[in-house]
Amino acid sequence: MSTLLEVSGVSVSFDGFKAINNLSFQIAERELRAVIGPNGAGKTTFMDIITGKTKPDEGRVIYGEKSVSLLKMSESKIAQAGVGRKFQRPTVFEDQSVFDNLMMALKKTRSPLAVLFFKPASEDNDKVAALAEQIGLSAALYRKSGELSHGQKQWLEIGMLLAQDPRLLLVDEPAAGMTPSEREHTTDILREAAKTRAVVVVEHDMEFVRRLNCKVTVLHEGSVLAEGSLDHVTKNQQVIEVYLGR
Amino acid sequence: MTDAALPRRQPIALRFPSVMIFLAILALFTVGVTILSEGFGIGVISTSFIKTLGKTLCLCLVALAMDLVWGYCGILSLGHMAFFGLGGYAIGMWLMYARTEIIVLESLSAAPLPPTPTEVSDGIASQIFGVVGASEFPPVWAFAHSLPLQLLAVVLVPGLLALVFGWLAFRSRVTGVYLSILTQAMTLALSLHLFQNDSGLRGNNGLSGLQNIPGLSDTPQSTVSIWFFWASAVALGLGYLLCAWVVSGKFGSVIRAIRDDEARVRFLGYPVEAFKLAIFTLTAVIAGIAGALYYPQAGIINPAEIAPIASIYLAVWVAIGGRGRLYGAVIGAAFVSLVSTWFTGGQAPDINLGFYTINWVDWWTVLLGVSFVCVTLFAPKGIGGLVDILIDRKSPSRHGADLGPDQGALREQEAEK
Repeated sequence: MSTLLEVSGVSVSFDGFKAINNLSFQIAERELRAVIGPNGAGKTTFMDIITGKTKPDEGRVIYGEKSVSLLKMSESKIAQAGVGRKFQRPTVFEDQSVFDNLMMALKKTRSPLAVLFFKPASEDNDKVAALAEQIGLSAALYRKSGELSHGQKQWLEIGMLLAQDPRLLLVDEPAAGMTPSEREHTTDILREAAKTRAVVVVEHDMEFVRRLNCKVTVLHEGSVLAEGSLDHVTKNQQVIEVYLGR
Repeated sequence: MTDAALPRRQPIALRFPSVMIFLAILALFTVGVTILSEGFGIGVISTSFIKTLGKTLCLCLVALAMDLVWGYCGILSLGHMAFFGLGGYAIGMWLMYARTEIIVLESLSAAPLPPTPTEVSDGIASQIFGVVGASEFPPVWAFAHSLPLQLLAVVLVPGLLALVFGWLAFRSRVTGVYLSILTQAMTLALSLHLFQNDSGLRGNNGLSGLQNIPGLSDTPQSTVSIWFFWASAVALGLGYLLCAWVVSGKFGSVIRAIRDDEARVRFLGYPVEAFKLAIFTLTAVIAGIAGALYYPQAGIINPAEIAPIASIYLAVWVAIGGRGRLYGAVIGAAFVSLVSTWFTGGQAPDINLGFYTINWVDWWTVLLGVSFVCVTLFAPKGIGGLVDILIDRKSPSRHGADLGPDQGALREQEAEK
């Protein structure tokens, strides 16, 4: 499998505090990866750097087979290039219906003029309906997304990400606030998604990570502490210290 | 999931019944006023009041633009009356030039030799600019002789200013209060510039006599006023249709999303700045057109018209009418500006409290300010909210939470369930 994203030697500091310290990370196409780490390990900043929200002080972020640098691109250009992101808290457009949210996310030309003259074809409507089915929101398609429960909003956001059809999916704590059965459903969706694209899941919950059954990267104080299968990293002495030893 | 559950593409009129109702009311109003007018009807409504009504329609149009940029896209621009004024100046220049040209040609026709073009031009220039002590045309008047070019300027000047200003502001990610202050600075700077005698637009005298349309000196004002009233009504109707079309569909979805959560829209891959710039420029053009229809009815334009307070009033109208709904903006602008005319025109009876007499000419602004505060605090939906009561549309219960993290985001009470 060829490398889709390569982060090398990236550092970023906020007012002297090094949030990310010489971090290197690689992910291949169609790979599922879990990123774990204690609070303040730099997981969210790591995502901010990839999606263009934060510019690092040094280092490289190379993406795709053409090896473009993401550091010079705007957030919207990076998203258009195929990097999708799900935030820690569900962020959907609450004043708009589930249908509108999904339609907006659907992979289409994003320029103002194209959007102004956009008319959904019947296959676009079908796609939205299929996505709603996948995330279990068919019955709520015309409800305002602000009315949905927390777990439903999480799913809607995952649905929007799938609608974007990204090549790299960054998911920040997808299972937060979900019931056990909702978590199971989320695991299925993510594993399904990873069959066609690269997925990076940031998560606290070890049980959830275990169910994902994939390679794990442990972050600590802004750099990679260990990498490998979950069993491998949980046997690592440093990881045990970081998680339990304080 | 079957297709039947998906929305069928209905004609815009059926999907947006408010558009049809609005256009019907506007048409009825226009016909009614025409029948009651002096120029074309039984003469119940005076010509000056026809002009007031025509001007009000123009204000409704600029309020629509404000609602689009603020109510739908969340950009609280406090400078849109600058674009309105620029539209007025653009058409005013032609009106003044063409009419002065007629006067100058008349007075020169008595001379034994036919006047040379230079003599005519100098004559017009000294007539127009004598008041600011100049007798030559400044460069900005280069196209004033041509109606088509000045009509083009009505659209291009506000549009280009908005494009350049918006590009600079949005690409630097200036948002919220800071953007509002920046737009205030823009309109203040423009008005201060125009106040100067050497700005080329007659300083604080402004442009006057705009109600006299060149070539129509034999047509009475009662007729001309109705023509402008009709033109304003048509412009408002078309403007409403345009705005309704823009906010419907996916474009509307995206700009409302930008209003509520700009950062999230960016991560969806939409170039937020380009969308904001498009809306900002479009609304500036609408404002310019509204201004070009307003000032021939007002008769005079001067730099005070684009003072920062004018744009703040515009925001107040939209807030009182109810932002985020097009008819709200129209209701707000019509209601507040007509009531304002009534109060400041000395028609409102003074209230004698014994120890103090409330004179509405002075106290009207206080009343307006208090109502603005009350609407913001107690009835965020504004007058448009009455419609929600009528059709039993409820707000969501979100325990006081806004619908998005951004400053322009819809508040709980403003949203519908």
